[in-house]
Amino acid sequence: MQSLSNRRGWGFWLQLGFTLLVCALLTVPMVMSMLAGLTANYFVGLKSGLTLRWVEEVWRVYSGTILLSLRIAFACLACTLALGVPAAYALARRPGRIARLVEELLMMPVAIPGLATALALIVTYGGVGDLRSSWLFILIGHVLFTLPFMVRAVLAVMGSIDLTTLEEGAASLGAGFLRRFFTVVLPNCRSGILAGSLMVLTLSVGEFNLTWLLHTPLTKTLPVGLADSYASLRIEIGSAYTLVFFLMIVPSLILMQALAKRGRPSV
Amino acid sequence: MPDSFHLDAVPIRLERCGKTFAGGARALEPLDLTIRGGETIVFLGPSGCGKTTTLRIIAGLENPDPGGRVLFGEEDVTALPIERRNVGMVFQSYALFPNMTVAENVAYGLKVRKIARADRARRVEEMLDLMHLGEFAGRRIDQLSGGQRQRVALARALVVRPRVLLLDEPLTALDAKLRDSLRLEIDRLLRGLGITAVYVTHDQGEAMALGDRIVVMAKGRVAQVGTPREIYYQPADGFVADFIGTMNRLGGMSRGGTLSIGAATLPWTGPDGAVELLVRPEDLALAGEADGHLAGTVAAAVFLGDRTRLVVEPADGPALTVDAAGRSELGRGDRVWLRVDPARLLAVP
Ligand SMILES: Nc1ncnc2c1ncn2[C@@H]1O[C@H](COP(=O)(O)OP(=O)(O)O)[C@@H](O)[C@H]1O
Ligand SMILES: [Mg+2]
Repeated sequence: MQSLSNRRGWGFWLQLGFTLLVCALLTVPMVMSMLAGLTANYFVGLKSGLTLRWVEEVWRVYSGTILLSLRIAFACLACTLALGVPAAYALARRPGRIARLVEELLMMPVAIPGLATALALIVTYGGVGDLRSSWLFILIGHVLFTLPFMVRAVLAVMGSIDLTTLEEGAASLGAGFLRRFFTVVLPNCRSGILAGSLMVLTLSVGEFNLTWLLHTPLTKTLPVGLADSYASLRIEIGSAYTLVFFLMIVPSLILMQALAKRGRPSV
Repeated sequence: MPDSFHLDAVPIRLERCGKTFAGGARALEPLDLTIRGGETIVFLGPSGCGKTTTLRIIAGLENPDPGGRVLFGEEDVTALPIERRNVGMVFQSYALFPNMTVAENVAYGLKVRKIARADRARRVEEMLDLMHLGEFAGRRIDQLSGGQRQRVALARALVVRPRVLLLDEPLTALDAKLRDSLRLEIDRLLRGLGITAVYVTHDQGEAMALGDRIVVMAKGRVAQVGTPREIYYQPADGFVADFIGTMNRLGGMSRGGTLSIGAATLPWTGPDGAVELLVRPEDLALAGEADGHLAGTVAAAVFLGDRTRLVVEPADGPALTVDAAGRSELGRGDRVWLRVDPARLLAVP
C-alpha cells in the first residue's frame, strides 16, 4: 500500500513538473514579447520603465489593418454561417456515401497549404474585375479556409441529437420546413454554431499564409502588418503589435474554452 | 373529462398500401385495412415486421408505393405531407424539443396554428392538468423522468385536437412498473377522448389491454385482424397462436369421428389423418389417473402467486405448459395426468 502511494506520488510530481515546463515553454516567450511592447527601451530592459507609447504608435500606423482584420473576420463569419450551417444540415440529413465524400472534400482547404490555395485563387479569379485589389479577395480566401471548421462544428452537434425525429415531431404538429428549421433545428444546434463561430473568428483574425499572398498594400490585415513590422521596425513596435493581437484573440479563445467546458446540451 | 376534449372520430382507410424501400427491400406487402372512427387499433408483431412503416404511411412520413391510397374519412390524404394531415404523433424516443420548456413544447402546435396567446395559454394549462403535468410546466425536458416525458409528448400531440392519434411503441423505453401505470393512463385517455388511435407495439400484453382490435403482422403482411378475444381464442395460424400468449401443441390422429391423443380417444369432427392441435395452458386440467387423457412428468414448476405454472413432459411429443392452483404442492419429478376438453382444441392449418 505504502509503496503504491509512493509510486503514485513520484508519477504525480513528475507529471506536474513536466506540465509546468511545457506551459513555461509556451507562455514565457509570449509574456516576454508582450512586456517588450510595454517597455520604454527593450535593450535597456524593464528598468527603462513601462509605457503605452508603442501601443499608441501601433494604433497610429496600423489601425487600418486592425479594422480590416475585424471587418474580414465578421464578414467571414456571416458567410460561413450562411453557407456552413445549411451545408452541415444537408450533410446531417443525408446519410450515405456521397454525403461522407462531400464531408471529406470540405476538409481539403485545411489539408492543402494556404499558399497553394491562395495561388490557385489568384490564378483563377485574379483577373476578374477589381477583385484582386479588393478586400473581398481576402474574404474569399478566408471563407474557403474557415468553412470546413464551421461545418464540422455544427455537424458534430447535429450528429449527437436525433435531428430527424425532432423534425418529424415538429412536422406532426403542423410545422412546415422553414419553421422547423428556425424553431427546432437551429436552436438545438446552438452550441455547435457558437463553437464554430468563435473558431471562424479566431482563425480569420490570425490567418497569415493565405492572406500574405492575397493582400495588396491597400488590403493589409493584422497578421500581415505584424510580419511587416517585425521585418522593418523597432522590436518594441512589433511587440506592442503582438500585444494588440493577443487582446483581440484571447477573449474569443477563452469563450471557446468556456463553451467546450459547458459541453453539449443534454437532450 | 371536459367536453372540449372530446375529439372527432375520423375513420381511416388504407387501400393497397405497400412499401418498397430504396434498394428493393419490401417492408410491407400491399395492405387493405379500414379503421373505424373512434376505434383504437393496435399493430402487433415482432421487430422488423413492418408496423412502424405502416404507421408512418398513415402519418404521412412515408409514401406508399404507387397505387396505394390513404383516406381520412372521405378525404384522400395520400399526397399530403404530415404537417398538413393534422395527426398527433407520439414517438418511442419522445421527440420532445430540448430547447423548450414543457409548456412551450405543448404550446408548439397551437403556435403553428396561430391560436391567440390567451386561448393558447388556457388550452396548454388544461392539457397539462389533464396529464397531471401542471407543476412541471416551467421545467426543461432534461429535468423530467421517462414517464413524464411521454406524458408531455401525449399532451403535445393531443392539445391540437388531431384527427387521429398515432403512437409508435410509446412505452417501450420505460421500465416495467411505469409502463403499466402509463398504459392505464393511455387507455383512460383514448376511451375518454373518443379519438381514432393507431398504436404500434411488439408487446402482446399492451396490445390486448389497449386494442379494440389487433392487427397481427408478420414479415410485412397481416396475419390476422380481430378483437383481442378473437386473436387469443381463434388464432388464424400457428404464427399468431405462438405470438399471442402461451400455446401448447399436441399431435393427434383423427379417424372416423374420433381423435386419439396419447392413449385417449375423444369425439372429433374433421378429416381423417394426422392433425396438429393447439391448446391454451388454462384449457388443460390436472386430473386423476382414472379420468386423465395424457400422462406426464413435471419438469418444472414456477410459483406465480395466483397459480403455479407447470411444464409437463408427456411420454412422447413436446412439453406442455399447464396452470395449477397457486397452492399446488406439485414439483419436479411428480407424475401427473392431464385432461383435455375437445371443445377447446384448435386444429390450425
Ligand atoms: N428507411 C428505411 N430504409 C430501408 N429499409 C427500411 C427503412 N425503414 C424500415 N426498413 C425495413 O423495413 C422493415 C420493416 O421495418 P419497420 O416497419 O420499422 O418494422 P417494425 O416497426 O415492425 O419493427 C425492416 O426490415 C426494416 O429494416
Ligand atoms: Mg418499429
